[in-house]
Amino acid sequence: MTLLGMDNLTLTHIAAYIGGAAAMGLGAIGAATGEGFTASRASEAIARSQENAGDIIKNMLVGQAISESASIFSLVIAILLLFLEVSDPGMVKAASLLAAGVCMGFGAIGSGVGAGIPAGRSCLAIARQPAVSARITTNMLIGTAVCQTPAIFAMVVALILLFKPTGGLAAFPTWAALVGAGLSTGLAAIGSGYGGGMAAGASCEGVSRQPETTTAVTTTMLVGQAVAQTPSVFGLLISFILMFRSFPESTTLSASVGLLSAGLCMGLGGIGPGIGNGLTAEGAVRWVARRVDYSGDLMRIMLVGQAVSQSTAIYAMVVSLVLIFVV
Amino acid sequence: MAIEGADLIKAAALLGAGLSMGLGAIGPGVGEGMAAAKACEAIGRNPKEAGLLTRTMLVGQAVAESTGIYSLVIALLLLFVV
Repeated sequence: MTLLGMDNLTLTHIAAYIGGAAAMGLGAIGAATGEGFTASRASEAIARSQENAGDIIKNMLVGQAISESASIFSLVIAILLLFLEVSDPGMVKAASLLAAGVCMGFGAIGSGVGAGIPAGRSCLAIARQPAVSARITTNMLIGTAVCQTPAIFAMVVALILLFKPTGGLAAFPTWAALVGAGLSTGLAAIGSGYGGGMAAGASCEGVSRQPETTTAVTTTMLVGQAVAQTPSVFGLLISFILMFRSFPESTTLSASVGLLSAGLCMGLGGIGPGIGNGLTAEGAVRWVARRVDYSGDLMRIMLVGQAVSQSTAIYAMVVSLVLIFVV
Repeated sequence: MAIEGADLIKAAALLGAGLSMGLGAIGPGVGEGMAAAKACEAIGRNPKEAGLLTRTMLVGQAVAESTGIYSLVIALLLLFVV
């Protein structure tokens, strides 16, 4: 099978280069935006409290370094795509490499922006309550680290797609399954990364307003973030099914489009619930800091609200599974 | 790879099903999250009314959910009926 008269090696190289460009181009969006937000809040914080400029700048740099990691993952994947020795060139390998780049590119957006939010709000928190700056920085580090998990999922999927042996696989519809696998985890990571960041931002503010509530605030943040990660876990699940299930050869268009659609459905469907769960966790964390005596009630309403918001991601997963296994 | 009319129609229906549910899930997810965030705020301000506020949140979320269910219905129609 040749496309536009190209030989297999040319096609595979073109796909790898476009994939590399997508990985780094899209992957730069999130980290840059997040770090810009952090720097803007740090400037505001220093304007309010010049005498704590040292602590604030240190906190800003640590937060930005974590926010940067999402785009460093993208850089690694892009460099691998540019210089990888391709042992089994062909249409399936080309699709696999393109999908790896797209997955990492989209997957870094949410985590980059998300990690910037707690980093920025912790700078303001230090300006408000310099006495607990160490506690605020620790809390920020936990929150930003959890924000990176969707980008790590995207990197795992991208690495599997990069190194997956493709010899002997039926070109149709496997190419579509692999592109779908990249889209599923990549797109679903956007909402989860951003949502986790909102929860962590509120917790930094909460620790500075009521330092004695740190334990309750951090616990609520972690529970809220964990629920906000689930859409990206669903995306990862659909990606794994699409990458590791062997599909029988079928040259019909509908067999290929069905698998591509499955990945697109779960990827897009994970964005909204991830952001929504983050909004809910942000509200709960903020009020746990103010009314710590009602933290149990707030945790309960947060989990009920998040469960309802999660339902549409579950519908998307059901439709994806039907597209893979039934039709 | 030869594309026949019936195959093209089936492919369009499958792509439509994925797009319908995928895009349709964004709005309800964000909207229901906002409702729940405000419910947390309301319980924080007035913890005695937790029962009433939970009920109000769930009714509001159920209405926001309806568009997600429409998307699911359209996706299932595209998959199994059309």
